[in-house]
Formats: sequence, C-alpha cells, structure tokens
Amino acid sequence: MTTQDSVVGVSQSGSRSPTAIAVELPPRGGFAEWFDNQSRQFFIMPAVIMILVFSIFPLIASLILSLSRVRLRAGGYNVRFVGLRNFERQIFGSEQFHFLGTFTSISPLGWLFAIAVAALLIWWLVRCFRGSVSLLGFIGRLITAGMIFGLSLMFAATLLSGNQFGTLGVTLFYVLVGCAVQFLIGLGLAVICAQPIWGRTFFRVVFFLPMMITPIGIGFGFRMMADTTKGPFSPVWQWFGLRDFAWAADPWAARTFIVIGDSWQWIPFIFVVLLAALENVPRDMVEAGHVDGASGWQIFREITWPSIAPVAATVILIRAIEAFKLVDLPNIMTSGGPGISTESMTLHAFFAWRAPDLAQSAAVSYLLLFVAVVLCVSFFNLVVLKRRAAIA
Amino acid sequence: MKRQLALSAAIGATMLAGATTALTPAAHAQKMYDGVEINLLTRPGPVIAGRLAERGLEYEEMTGAKITVATVPFADLFQKLLTDWATGTNSIDVGVFASGWAVELEAGGLLADLSDFVAKDDKIDIDDIAPYFREFNQKINGKTHLITIDGDFQMVYYRTDVLGDLGLEPPRTWDEYLEVAAAAHGRDMNGDGEADFGSCMFKKRNAQSYFAILSVAGGYLQSQGTGQGIFFDTDDMTPIINNDAFAEALRIYKATGEFGPPDELNHDIGDTRALVTTGRCALMIDWGDIGPLSIDEENSRIKDLVGAVPLPGSTRILDRATGELVDCTAALCPHAIDGINHTPFAAFGGWSGAINASADPKVIEAAYGFLSYMNQAEQSNFDVTQGWTGYNPYRISQFENIDPWVEAGFSREAAENYLGAIGASLNNLNMASDLRIPGTQQYEGLVLDRELARFLADEITAEQAMQNIYDGWEEITEDFGRDEQLKLYRASLGITN
Repeated sequence: MTTQDSVVGVSQSGSRSPTAIAVELPPRGGFAEWFDNQSRQFFIMPAVIMILVFSIFPLIASLILSLSRVRLRAGGYNVRFVGLRNFERQIFGSEQFHFLGTFTSISPLGWLFAIAVAALLIWWLVRCFRGSVSLLGFIGRLITAGMIFGLSLMFAATLLSGNQFGTLGVTLFYVLVGCAVQFLIGLGLAVICAQPIWGRTFFRVVFFLPMMITPIGIGFGFRMMADTTKGPFSPVWQWFGLRDFAWAADPWAARTFIVIGDSWQWIPFIFVVLLAALENVPRDMVEAGHVDGASGWQIFREITWPSIAPVAATVILIRAIEAFKLVDLPNIMTSGGPGISTESMTLHAFFAWRAPDLAQSAAVSYLLLFVAVVLCVSFFNLVVLKRRAAIA
Repeated sequence: MKRQLALSAAIGATMLAGATTALTPAAHAQKMYDGVEINLLTRPGPVIAGRLAERGLEYEEMTGAKITVATVPFADLFQKLLTDWATGTNSIDVGVFASGWAVELEAGGLLADLSDFVAKDDKIDIDDIAPYFREFNQKINGKTHLITIDGDFQMVYYRTDVLGDLGLEPPRTWDEYLEVAAAAHGRDMNGDGEADFGSCMFKKRNAQSYFAILSVAGGYLQSQGTGQGIFFDTDDMTPIINNDAFAEALRIYKATGEFGPPDELNHDIGDTRALVTTGRCALMIDWGDIGPLSIDEENSRIKDLVGAVPLPGSTRILDRATGELVDCTAALCPHAIDGINHTPFAAFGGWSGAINASADPKVIEAAYGFLSYMNQAEQSNFDVTQGWTGYNPYRISQFENIDPWVEAGFSREAAENYLGAIGASLNNLNMASDLRIPGTQQYEGLVLDRELARFLADEITAEQAMQNIYDGWEEITEDFGRDEQLKLYRASLGITN
C-alpha cells in the first residue's frame, strides 16, 4: 500500500470516495483516543515542567530562604524561620545604610524635591481616579505611586542631602542613566546607519561586535584601559594631566566608568533593534515628507519616531530589566568600591551569598525583584501599552 | 615531526618514570592505591593548584592513586566546598583552602580526623613543622584535621638600596614605617625616570585588604601570646574593635595611602606585587611570596635588592579594660624586643588540605598519603623556594637550611635576610592567629572588609567604621550562637580550661 492509499483509502469497488476515508481509519477508542484527547496537555507539559523546575521552584525556595536563618551542616541545611527579620534588617536595621543609604537629615532641596514629587503623584492619581481606570488599574497605580514616592524620598535623603546612597540607589543609577545613554547613542547610530552612506554594512557589523564579548572580558578590558598609571592608555591620560587621577577612588568617576563599560556592551543591542525598526518605516511617507519640504528633524519627529516608538519602548524595557541585574562589571572593575559606591543590588546579594549568608542574599534578591517588577510593569503599562493603544 | 614528538614523549616518560622510581622505589612497586580516584578542589592558576597537579602525577606513579585537581575562583571556593559536603553531593574528596575556614566545616562534622594518620606517619616529621602551624593551623579542638602545604603570615619588605641611599633602617614600628615611606616617596626607584612610591599596600575591597589592617592592628592588640587573640574577648565574645588600638591601626593603614599609588584603593595583592617586582615600591606588606618572586629572572627588577623584616610593632598596647593604649612594660608586653611589641599575623593561615569525612575510607587513606607527600620536607623544602608555586615556608628546616634558596637563585645575603625574617616571625610566641570560627567569611570578608573599604573611601569616619564592625560582628555572633562561638574561638586559640 502506498502512502497515498493509506491516507485516502480505496473502496472495494475501487472508486475513491469520502466514505472510504471514514471506513479505513484505525478504530478509535481506548488508549489512542485518550492520548489524542490529552495531546494538548502532553505537548505543553515539558514547558510547564521546565518552568516549574527552573523558575517557580527557585522562586519559592528563595522566598523560604529569605524568611529564614540558614546554616549548612553535614547532610543538609538547618533552616530556622525568622519571619521578615532579613527584610527588616535591610530596610530598617543594621544593613539599611548598605541597601538604602545613610540617612541623617533631609536638606531643604531634598524636602523641596520630595514635596514636588508627592504633589505630582497626587495630581496623577486624582486624574486616574477621575478617568476611566478600573479598580485593579487604580491599585496598580497606587503601588507605582508608592514606589516612586519611596524612591524619591530615598534620593532626597541621600543624594540631595549630601549623604551616601546604598545599593538600591546605585542600581537605579545604572538603570536610569545607563539606559538613557545607551538608548540615545544606539538610536543615533541606528539613524546614521539607516542612511545610504558609504560603508554602512561594515559599520553595522562593527557596531554589533561588543555584544558578542563576555562581560567579564569587558570588565577587565575597561579596568585596564582606565588605569592612569600603567594601562595601555596611560600616556594619553598623562597627556591630559590625569596621571594622579584615580577614577576608582572617586565614587562618581567609578560609577561613570562602569556605565561607560556597560553602554559599550549594550548599545549594539539597542542599535540593532532600532535599525530594524527604522528600516521598516514606510519609505513613501518619508519621501512624501521630503516632497512637502519638511526638514530632517520634522520628518524624524512626525514620521520616523511615531513609527519606531513601540519598538523603542520595548527595547528600553528589555534593557532596563537587564540593567537591574548588572553584576559583572562592578565586580570586575571595582569589586563594588570605593567603599560601596559601585555596588549594585545583584552584587550585594552575590557578596552575601558568597559569605555564605544565603538568607540575606535571598532577601536582597527579593527586594530587587520587587523593585524591578513594579518599575518595569509600571513602565510597560503606562508607556508601552499606552503608546500601542494610541497608535491603534 | 611525528618522530620528534614520539622521541620527546619517550624521553619524557622515561625521565618521569626514573624520577619517581628514585623517589620511592618500594611504593612504586606496590601500587597500593591502584584504582583509587581522589578529586581535589582548590583555587585556579599555577599558584597552589599547579604544584598540586604536578605532585599528583608523581603520587599516582608511586601509589596508583589518581589525583584530579579541579579549581574554582578563590571567592567561590569555600561556598563550593561547604555546599558539596553539606548537601551530601560529595563530589570532592579533598579541599585545599584557607585553614581558617576549616573550623566551620569541622563544626558541621564534615572533615575527616587525621590524627591517627599523623601519629603513624613516619615521613611527615611533625616536629619539623613550625609550632604555630603544627599546633594551631592543623588542629581543631586538639585533633588534626588539616595538613599544611603553605605557611602564610605577613611581613614587611623593603628596598635595601633605597633605604641605604636614604640612610634609613627598616621600620620597627608603624610610625617608623610611615616615616620611611614619606622619605622614600617620589624617588625614582627603578631608573625609568618616573617618581615611585614610598609604600604599596593592597586596599581593594573584596580582595583581602582586611588581612593588611589586621597585620597593622596586631601589634597594638595582642602582646600576651597567641592565646590572647586579636578578635574577641575570650570571656564573653565581644569584639575587640571599638578601642584606641584599632583606631590607631585604621589611621596608619589609611596614612600609608598618602605614599602609595593614586589608585591604590583598587589594587589587590596581584596589582601590588606587580608594582613591587617592577621596582616601584620602597615598602610593602605581603606574605612570604615576595622573596621568591624577587629572584624571577624574567619579571623582577629587584633581585637582591629587597629585604624583609617581621611586621612592625608598637611601643603601646591596648588596655582591654579601658580601651585605651598604654605604654608597654615588661608585664604588659612580655614578648617585646627593645620595648617594641611585635605581633606577626598568620593572615589566612596558609593553604592547607582537608579530607571529606564522608569519603570512602580507602580514599581518605590515599588522600592523607598525598597531603603528607606534599607536606614532607623532601618535596616542600624545594617547592617553597619556587615563587610560582605560591607556597611559603612553614617548616623549621625550610628557613634553617639556606642552600636550597641559594640554588633557587637567591644570593646568600638575601636568603639569610629573607629567612631571618621568616624565622623571627615563626618563632615569635606572640604570633596572632587568623580568625578560625564558623562565620569567619562573614566576620572578615563581609563586615570588616566592607567597613574598611568605606573608611578608606572617606564614606565614614574611623569611629563609625569601628562601631559598624562591632555591631556587625555582634549580629553574626548572635546568629551563630554566642556560647558556641565563644567555645570555638577559645578552642582555636588553644584555650582549653
């Protein structure tokens, strides 16, 4: 029997007919039918098991760790439930300076900033309440507003009051400043490479290369290049009169160098995605703009940007999620120093894990998860979805 | 080409066979551990791990036991061992790590007791191992759980030519250290036309800088011998931190930065050694490595130009009742030399081997044999003269016999100077022991290291740093249990009553 015969079937009279198909199919029922009915579950099961084992179980296990005191011993662990003590230690206790920063008194500028942010948030919430926002949406916005106000208070009490901020502030610096710098440069390079210029294929490849390099290599590379006394660029630094300048001893210089290293690696990601988006901007609309006498800036503002904005918002979101987890560069370049000036929350958790203080490490990781989820979900709901809705 | 390779391989194999046969022909014939496989974990790189792998091949030739040396980054080593042994994974049979970590492992019942093996071992020559390493480093609660393969304590190195030009003697106190550093700072010490540094001390966070501050503090904190300890009160486990002695140590440690490289806050021990061997530093703190590194023909510009002295000390010592510094007297500083209390600090304790208690008894026996082989004078007295191994002296014969050092490349004068400083440190009954209780990594690597880094970066004052360290240590002690910690701390200092 040929393949065709087995599928279509041949009647006893030799004629082909639809009824022949029904007659010739294997009898249904028993295990085969049950298997057929369950096939959807079977197909989805591997993915569900993978998620349960590699995502849900670690989440639950680390939550248990974050609420416990953990000691390794022969044959396993001693886990003692301590409630929210690990979180209390980070937010209000002996680790507060490390996580949130050093609080003494808030400067007038700090108060002004905090009051201004509070006023803006209240205005925004009232506007939402009066609008057509669902109850769930309003609760979400309340959480967002609470988080933003809390972070504003933290910046008011630390950065704007001459105090040092902790690993949360450092992480937000990497996320906000890093993403902004990377987006602007990545967008600029994408716009340039989208033009019909000489060698643009070559530059596309070159601009993409840093993303292929391991972050540890980048960390060592940047640490070496930034060495003013014995690095490969030390003659250049010395020519600029920076012979005795120690970037690693200055908190802001150290943070800036880490953002530069991080940007060098991640600008290509933004560049590639935005370049693809730019190349999908309708040519006829751009040409129509040219014909109508619009300037380059007007074309970008009115045609190009609205076309790529949803992609841009998504790429920022992905980059922000990654930036929250920054650990390689500060670990390699400064080990979190000088002091704790360049220590991100992930590095904070890593140092605790290595000590080994698994409970504190899990607590810091959960705090990071909470901050990242609230900010990223807020950004997604309030910027990305809103933008998509506006376009639709 | 193939013939050349085959010939080389044949010659190499013959040489290896000949060499190992010459070592212990009887064992070679017996192959008593044929089929035994020993998995050993330590830090990566030629330093420490390289020699273990080489000696492992020799041991395999002699006994049949196959030694597999695996490595993980230094910072992950303790976590990896603890997790592997505590969770019952037991993929590792032998760990070679800082002896100070062993107490926490032993508290969990994870380490094999090697006392009987040592008692029956007629080759280890236990009395040749310096008292500190024999009695404190290798033992926990009176039982031998570790075999030392590297002796770690810090000393001060100085450039003999620079100090000679300046007409200065090597520093005996920390104040003198600052004076010498100030006088030498800015001079061109390696002839490259650039100004060099009076002092080089590693100060990077998460890179062992806490050992350096403890080396400075030791002379102010401990004068009554090793049993006094430099970390906690031996009666109630309160930290000996919030006092004038530690404040003085912080002041000196920070002040050394005025005569160091501008980016010293980001220098780990590797960066500092690179500066020293290229001739850019007049003074530095280091373990014993600088001696052998200084004679490296390829990389060193300070061959026969570097001398060593035991850690500088102080003429004042902490009064533990008042927290103030008081002048040394014969009663207060019984080990003082010319009125100066010296406290050599066994920072890190030295790389030592320990065996997983859950390993197969045959594996434990074979693993002990390997660690003993590493430790025996016949092997170790050569290994410690080779800078690249990372092994420093811990046997009395290693600093009494100068010939191996001269054969390794030292001039006789430089070898006598270097070994003299080692001998003076090892024979000092006031040597300070590194912390050897559960949570050592948290006390030193987390809290002390972080607060020290914040102090050096001017984020906090010395008073704030001391208070934060005090609070952090108290918190850790409470977490682990004060009574249990006190008991183990006293045991680590040899206090048995």
